[in-house]
Amino acid sequence: MTLTLVGLSHHVAPVELRERVALDAAAARALAARFGDAVCLSTCNRTELYVDGAAEGDVVAALAEVAGEPLDGVLYRLHEEAAALHLFRVAAGLDSLIPGEGEILGQVRSAYEAARPGALLDHVFRQALAVGKRVRTETAIGESPASVSSAAAALAAQVFGELRGRRVLLIGAGRIGELAAGNLSARGAEIAFVANRTVDTARELAQRFGGEPIALSEIGSRLGEIDVVVSSTSAPEPVLVAADVPARRRRPLFFIDIAVPRDLDGAIAKLDGCFLYDIDDLEAVVAETLAGRRIEAARAEQLVADEAARFRTWRASLDVVPAIASLRARAEEIRTTELAKVDGRVTDDERRTLESVTSQILNKLLHLPTVRMKEAAVSADGATYADAVRHLFGLEEER
Amino acid sequence: MVEALFWPALLGYGEAAFAYASARTSRTATWGVRLGWLAQTALLVVQAARADGFPWSTWAGSLNLFVWLVVGAYLIWGCRPRFRLLGLSVMPLAALLLGVARLGGGTDAGTRSDYGNLFLILHVGLVLAAFAGFTLAAGLAGLYLWEERRLKGRATDILRLRVPPLGTLERLTRHTILVSLPLLTLGLAIGIVRQRRDGGSFDALEGVTLLAWLLYGGLVIARPHGRRAALIALGGFALVIVARLALAGGHFA
Repeated sequence: MTLTLVGLSHHVAPVELRERVALDAAAARALAARFGDAVCLSTCNRTELYVDGAAEGDVVAALAEVAGEPLDGVLYRLHEEAAALHLFRVAAGLDSLIPGEGEILGQVRSAYEAARPGALLDHVFRQALAVGKRVRTETAIGESPASVSSAAAALAAQVFGELRGRRVLLIGAGRIGELAAGNLSARGAEIAFVANRTVDTARELAQRFGGEPIALSEIGSRLGEIDVVVSSTSAPEPVLVAADVPARRRRPLFFIDIAVPRDLDGAIAKLDGCFLYDIDDLEAVVAETLAGRRIEAARAEQLVADEAARFRTWRASLDVVPAIASLRARAEEIRTTELAKVDGRVTDDERRTLESVTSQILNKLLHLPTVRMKEAAVSADGATYADAVRHLFGLEEER
Repeated sequence: MVEALFWPALLGYGEAAFAYASARTSRTATWGVRLGWLAQTALLVVQAARADGFPWSTWAGSLNLFVWLVVGAYLIWGCRPRFRLLGLSVMPLAALLLGVARLGGGTDAGTRSDYGNLFLILHVGLVLAAFAGFTLAAGLAGLYLWEERRLKGRATDILRLRVPPLGTLERLTRHTILVSLPLLTLGLAIGIVRQRRDGGSFDALEGVTLLAWLLYGGLVIARPHGRRAALIALGGFALVIVARLALAGGHFA
């Protein structure tokens, strides 16, 4: 059993190359199947083949065939503990474009479940999934938003708490505004109104979010009914000024201005119960959270390193496990053979006592050698000890 | 025995007062609060067992009970990581007041009570429980104002240094006051009935407490929102502090 990883990712390959080797689930499964015991992880940022026992050159050739060109210089090739460590980092989101992004863990799970791998790959992928989960629960790496649109939704949640039932007014049909509305909607907010200069566009967007299209001139009159305003028009003048905002509201009003030039009058921020974030504010918040993610990533790296050490221990124990099993089988064989010799000369009670006593002697005798062999395996002497045991007890023929 | 219980309580609260300063040590802080509170609970049980009557009838003794109530109420939400900064405001106060209670002899065992009837015990217990609730509400209101200021000022670390959302803080402040106000009302009513029956003059402490009752009552009826509600909760707490620390001596005497 030898774990080998061959792959490419956003760190080394340009997008033009990555898109050629990006495989859908069926194609990834078919590629893995060519190597028998293998798992293919293919996302927009990476394509990696984890194989047990297959020749590295064959894997490289298969990937080059998919890409339609030689991949020298962009492929990485890792083995055993290094390959496991890489997979753990990938599952934890530490190798992602945005540190700590959570989607990759689901992709690793899908790749693993699609492959039905053998013992080695099964173990390493199960451990990777556990590492990914552990990093997310024991560090705050995935807690903060990593994009302007998700930061806008997170800030709204920081004002209101639960966003379920909160009503949103979307002004304009800008891409980031739409993304922000999507993020708010995903957190339970209701896109109540969509206002746009072009009524048809407003209607189309409103239909998609299940809201009501309104004219830009109606915005002021609707502010009393809503909690969040997301604005992303291309208007050269502000579409909403402080004077339009109703005073003495009983609940807060959160404004997100993603437009350049800005759509919302800066004086709105000074109104009681009103909060205003423009694109610069949101980008500053995202930059700060990304810095926080990097700090958490250092903690996550330590967790991943610990898991890689555990993998090494497990892997090393595999060298001695067959020898231990053979030794125990040989001892048991001798015990049962010798017991068979007294059959008919002892009573049933005496037979049971003999069974029990000989079992205990055997277990006590083999306990220490078993423990010592496992310890030796961790310190890299496992193979030597295993060979010695096989030689001393005549187990060679069972290899 | 009481010594062996007082010091772990003070140590637990003191440790939490410092450990809440960092997110990394906040779990240790919460354990400090839990263990400290358990030690103080045991201390109160020992005091109750050894006392002749109500053991917290003195000013310092009532301060000991007050700290226990505040920390107990805090523990309801304080274990959540997002309430770390609430712990940072409540626990130093708890540690300080417990220390003051000890200096005044409020953590000793075997005291004789001046309170001979259940009326008085109920009066003190209910008013102190209400004051503990108002103290916690003030901590939540302070956190609300701080977080609102950060949101208004568009602090870049707003999503890194996480505290509960404004909506949650406002709701919890209001609910804490809603629970505490009936306790104060009942405690005051019992005190007034007792005073009418046994005689005695209306003192400054009663005046300030009545003023606090009116303020919190107004807050419950008028239902102000946001910043205004938080400021009123803090104003009420200022009156609680005056009642608890500045005027209580004469009343207890």
